Amino acid sequence: MPKRLRTPLGVTAAVLLTAVLTLTVLAPVLWGGRADAVDTANILQGPSAAHWAGTDGLGRDIFFRVLVATRLSVVLALLSTGLGVVIGLLLGAAPQLIGARLGRLVTAGVNVAVAFPGLLLALSFAVIFGVGTKGSVLAIGFAVAPAFARLTGTLVASVAERDFVAAARIAGVGRLRVLVRHVLLNIGEPLVVNATVAAGGSLLAFAGLSYLGLGVQAPSYDWGRLLGEGLNSLYVHPLAALVPGAAVVLAGLAFNLTGEAVARQIGQSTPLFAAVRRAPRQEPAAPSTVDKDGDTVLAVENLRVSFGELTPVRGLSFTIRRGEAVGVVGESGSGKSLTALAVAQLIEAPGEVRADRLEFAGEDLRHGPSRAQRRLLGTSFAMVFQDPMSSFNPTQRIGRQLAEPAVQHQGLGRREAFARAVDRLRAVRLPAPERRAHQFPHEFSGGMRQRAMIGMGLMGTPALIVADEPTTALDVTVQRQVLALLEDIRAADSVALLLISHDITVVGQVCQRVLVMYAGRVVEDVAAAALPAGARHPYTRALLAAVPHLGTDRDLPLTVIPGRPVEPGEVPTGCAFAPRCAYADEHCGREEPPLETDATGARVACWHVGEVR
Amino acid sequence: MRAMTEKLTDNAWVRFAARRSRRLLLSVWVLLTAAFGMIHLIPGDPVRAALGVAAPPELVAARREQLGLDDPLWRQYLDYLGDLSAGRFGTSTVSGLPVSQVIAERYPATLELAGYAFLVAVALSVPVGLTMAVLTRGGRRRRLELGFTSTSVFLGAVPEFLIGAGLVYLFGVQLGLVPIAGRAGPDSYVLPVLALALGPAAVLARIMRVETLAVLDADYIRTARAKRLPDRRLYLRHALPNSVTATVTIAGLLLGGLVAATVLVENVFAWPGLGSTIVQSILAKDYPVVQGIVLIYGLGVLLVNLLVDVGLALLDPRSTIRES
Repeated sequence: MPKRLRTPLGVTAAVLLTAVLTLTVLAPVLWGGRADAVDTANILQGPSAAHWAGTDGLGRDIFFRVLVATRLSVVLALLSTGLGVVIGLLLGAAPQLIGARLGRLVTAGVNVAVAFPGLLLALSFAVIFGVGTKGSVLAIGFAVAPAFARLTGTLVASVAERDFVAAARIAGVGRLRVLVRHVLLNIGEPLVVNATVAAGGSLLAFAGLSYLGLGVQAPSYDWGRLLGEGLNSLYVHPLAALVPGAAVVLAGLAFNLTGEAVARQIGQSTPLFAAVRRAPRQEPAAPSTVDKDGDTVLAVENLRVSFGELTPVRGLSFTIRRGEAVGVVGESGSGKSLTALAVAQLIEAPGEVRADRLEFAGEDLRHGPSRAQRRLLGTSFAMVFQDPMSSFNPTQRIGRQLAEPAVQHQGLGRREAFARAVDRLRAVRLPAPERRAHQFPHEFSGGMRQRAMIGMGLMGTPALIVADEPTTALDVTVQRQVLALLEDIRAADSVALLLISHDITVVGQVCQRVLVMYAGRVVEDVAAAALPAGARHPYTRALLAAVPHLGTDRDLPLTVIPGRPVEPGEVPTGCAFAPRCAYADEHCGREEPPLETDATGARVACWHVGEVR
Repeated sequence: MRAMTEKLTDNAWVRFAARRSRRLLLSVWVLLTAAFGMIHLIPGDPVRAALGVAAPPELVAARREQLGLDDPLWRQYLDYLGDLSAGRFGTSTVSGLPVSQVIAERYPATLELAGYAFLVAVALSVPVGLTMAVLTRGGRRRRLELGFTSTSVFLGAVPEFLIGAGLVYLFGVQLGLVPIAGRAGPDSYVLPVLALALGPAAVLARIMRVETLAVLDADYIRTARAKRLPDRRLYLRHALPNSVTATVTIAGLLLGGLVAATVLVENVFAWPGLGSTIVQSILAKDYPVVQGIVLIYGLGVLLVNLLVDVGLALLDPRSTIRES
C-alpha cells in the first residue's frame, strides 16, 4: 500500500476490500458444498456450534451461504458498474465523439435523466429488461450511467480546453485517439474514484432489487435474496436477516471507503499550513473612552502569539495614546496582522495569545474579555479589515449589520439603531445612506463597503480603530479617500489609530509613529516625521529604498531586498534579519539584538546601529 | 409595449422563471415519453407476458385491441398523451380497477412518509451539524469528530431498507415498543419515517458541519466577532443562514432519492403506499399500474427539484441561482 494511504481510513478500506475480494474468489470453491447441504432435520435453527448463524427453511447453514453469496453479489455489482461506466463514458464524451450539435442533444438528455434517483431508473429499467439476474444487471447499469455521463462530460470539457488537447487536434490526431490518449488519461483518477464508489452503490442497489424479488431468482442466491428470505422469519430467527444485512453493509463500505481514501490522497492538504494561513487575519481594536491609565489607550508588553510549535509573534511591546496614529509595517509573514488580531482578542484556537501586559482603556484583557469588557470592546474598539468584499455577511442588509452592535451593547431598539446606522453611513460620506442601508453587501462597491465598515466602527464611541491593510484591496484613488476618512476621524474625535500595512509610505503619511516588524518582532520604532533619513535599522532602510519615487532612475532595475522573508518555523538564532543583511557579522548570527530606546524615545534592535547609512 | 417587454426580460426573476419552466417542460416531456416507451420496449408481447403462455389467443387479441396496441405507434403515443391529459391512466390488468383510482388510494401514504422523513432529516441534521462544527473547530475534540464522522459515514452507507430491518429488529422484536408493519395510528409512523430519514440525516449533518466550518472561517464571521456578539447570536444569526443554503441544496438533491427510497422502505414495513404497489405490480406484470406509478414518482421528483430551485432562489440574496 502506498505510504500516503496509511491513514486509519485507508487501512480500514484496504482490509475490508481485500477480505471481500478474497471471499469473492475463494468462498464458493471452499464452502460451496456446505452452503448447499440440505438438512431437513434442522430447519430454522438458532446459532449453534455446527451452524454459527443457524439454518434456513431447508436446514442450510446461513453463515456459509452468506460467505458463498459474496461471489454472486460482488460480481453482479461489478458487472453492472462496468456496464454503467462504459455507457456513461460514451454518453459523457458524446460532444467529442459525434460533434457538438448532436452531443448537446445527448447532454440535454443526460441532464434530464440525472435528475431522477437511481433506484427509480433501475426499477423502470427492470420492467423493460424483465425480472431476474440479467435484467437487473442491465437495469442497474443503465441507472448508473447518467450520473457517470455527467461526471465524464464535466471532466472532459475541463480538459478539452487545455492547450495540449488543442495542439493534438491541430496536429491532426483523430477524435477517438485524442479522447483516449489525451483526454481520458488526464481524467482517469477522478473517474476511477467515482467508479469505485459507484460499485458500492450498485452492490446496495442489487441487494435492494433482490430483496424485493426483482433480482436474483432461486435457486441462485445473493445477499439481497438471503436477506429477503431472512426478513420473513425475523421474529423466530433474526440472525438469518442480520448476517446477510451485515455482509451487504460491510462490502458496500469497502468500496465506498476505498473510493474516499483514494480521493483524499489525490486532493491532499497540509493541516499545519492551513492553520498558519488562517491565522493572519486581523481585526482592528477600538479605543476606549474610559482611560484609567491617563492618556494610554492600548498598552502591550511582550505579546506572543503561537500556533502549536510555531510562534509567529515573538514578544512585542508598544503603547498607543489617545488620538495617536501608529503604523505597523513589514513583509507578509512578519506577524503584523496577527498582532492586530491578538490585540483585538480575535485569535481563535488552536492559536494562543500570551502577554505580560495587554490593556485596552485600562482593562486587562489577558484572560479573555469579561461580559463588561465585551461591551467595552463592542462599543469603543473598532476594526477595519483588509478585504471589504468578504467582510460583510452576504445574507444581511448593510444597515442591519451596522445596527447590530448598537442593539447588543448600547440597548438601542432596532429602529433607533437602524437610524443611527444611516447617520453613521452619512458620517463616512456614503451617498444616499437611507437607500444604501437597505441594500445587501453585493450591491456595494469595494470602496463603499470599506466606508461602511469604518461606519460600523463609529456606531459606538471608538477610542481605537485597528485597520488591517484597509486599502490594499482598493483602487488607488479610493485608497486615498479611505485613508483621508480615517485621518479625519482620528483628528476630529481624538480616536487612536493602529494602521497595519505593507506599504511604508502609506504609513509614513498617515501615522505619527511607525513600528517596523520583522519575523514576529519590532526591529524599529521611529517617528514618521523622521523618515526616511531617521531610519536606523538596515531592514527599515531597505524597505524605504525599495519604494520607487519620481527621482528613481528607471533604467536601473527596481531595488529589492535580497533573500526572502523568514518562515515562522525557521527563525534563525541571533538577529532574524542577519541572513539578508549587508552589515551582518558573526555576532549578529549568534545573539539577538535587544530593542534599545534612545533619548528621543525611538527604539531600534540592531548591533550595528551607528554604522548603517 | 416593447419597453415593457424589455423591462420584463430585464428582471432576474422573470428570466429565472422562463428558464426554469423550459427545463421543467422538457423534463416532463422526456418523462411522459419514457413512460410510454417503457411498455413498448418490453421484449415480446406485454399482453402475452401479462396473461401467461396458456392464455387463449382470442383473449390476447381482445386485450390488445382494448389497449390499442395494434394501432400505429404515433397514434398510440397521441392517444396516451390525450388520455393522460384527461386523467386516464389506463386500467389494471390484474384487478381491473382504473390506475388513477389505485394511485389516488395509495399516494397519500407515500407522500406522508417522504414528507415526514424529509422534515425529520433536516430537523436532525442542521442542529447536529452546527453543534459538531462549533465543538470540533480548529482541530479540537479529535475523538468526538472521529466518532461523529464514522457514525455518519456508516449510517449514510447503509441502505434504507437495511436500517429499516435493523430498526424492526431492535424496536419491534427486541423491545416491542412500536408497531413494525402497516399504517395505523401515529406510532406506526415512527419506524418507517426513521428508516427513511436516518441515512439522509447523517449525510446532511456531515455536510452541515463542513459548510459551517468553512463559514466560521469567513471574513464576515470575524467581523461579527469583532462586534463582540454573544456566541449564540454569532452562530445562529451569522453562521447558520450562510451554511444552511448549501445544506438545503443537498437536502433537495437527497429528497428525490428519498422519494424513490420509499419503494424499499414500504416493502419492509408493509406500508400501503405507491412503493409496495409498484413492486407487486412489477412481479404481477401489471404494466399499466407500473407505468402510472413510475410517472407519478417521476413527476414527484421533478416537482421536488422545482421547489428546491425556487426555494434557493428566494434564500439567496445574491441571486446567483437566478442569474446562472
